[in-house]
Amino acid sequence: MMEDLAMHILEILMNSIHACAKNIKFIVQDSDLDDKIVMQVEDDGKGMTEEQVQRVSSPFMTGRSTRKVGLGVAFLKGLTEQCNGEFLVTSKVGEGTTVTASVQKSFIDTPPMGNLGEIMMECIQADESIDYLFEYKTDKNSFLFDTKEIKKELDGVSLLEPSILLWIKDYINEQISLLKEDAG
Amino acid sequence: MKSLEDLKKMREEALKKVEMREGGKDYRVVVGMATCGIAAGARPVLNRLVEETADKDYNCTVTQTGCIGMCVYEPIVEVYGKDGEHTTYVKVTPDMASEILSEHIGKGNIIEKYTVEEARKGAGE
Repeated sequence: MMEDLAMHILEILMNSIHACAKNIKFIVQDSDLDDKIVMQVEDDGKGMTEEQVQRVSSPFMTGRSTRKVGLGVAFLKGLTEQCNGEFLVTSKVGEGTTVTASVQKSFIDTPPMGNLGEIMMECIQADESIDYLFEYKTDKNSFLFDTKEIKKELDGVSLLEPSILLWIKDYINEQISLLKEDAG
Repeated sequence: MKSLEDLKKMREEALKKVEMREGGKDYRVVVGMATCGIAAGARPVLNRLVEETADKDYNCTVTQTGCIGMCVYEPIVEVYGKDGEHTTYVKVTPDMASEILSEHIGKGNIIEKYTVEEARKGAGE
């Protein structure tokens, strides 16, 4: 089910969406020099108390009322531990939450990156009123995708228009593969 | 190569379609995208729905919802009509999703065999 990094991140992004964020920033640092992939999701949602932050990676912590378990954060933390990485959550009530997870890029258990264009498309589709900033950085270059910019270009036309959603997915994936080619 | 320039053209096309249709779309197609749905394979279903709606210009919007409490029946696709009536399709695969678009959205025929009512009968509930 969680066969790639993108799936883990989708869970974290969905948490931000459910935390009523208005702005969500998702940064991937893909570094061959450091042999590391760092993924960071930063939101301006409702945030958590210190006590909640301490319990956040427990499977029995969830913001939902429909059931008593939540596995997204627990799984991601487990993954970073398996793949020689680090995991950090910082949060402040009323200000937002930042989740940072890293893995060793060349480590044998590190899953592939997965389809980042697709998860961005899915997040936008989940709530187009949120502004998403997505950045992908390699050692040499970076690519920035900002829904504010897209919304300005579209001038009133919805991001939920299927042809536009598909364009977003393909555009992001195309730009990432260009960066990767460039990084060698 | 895609560039932000494409958006201008896509915007005009989208506006043209809206004018032709005179107002909103008749159907709303909703996919369950909570963890249970995703685990059961909702992402390829959602992708197929978005792709085919864009490609064949079906008279519907495609949106998402969370868990509706029937996790065993995921992936679930609900189709809402203009008058608020709705049909719940369960254990949907990408190919079933294509069929739902062409039959239900395209021709207005509900595909009974894919609905939750049929699935429940089969399960003896």
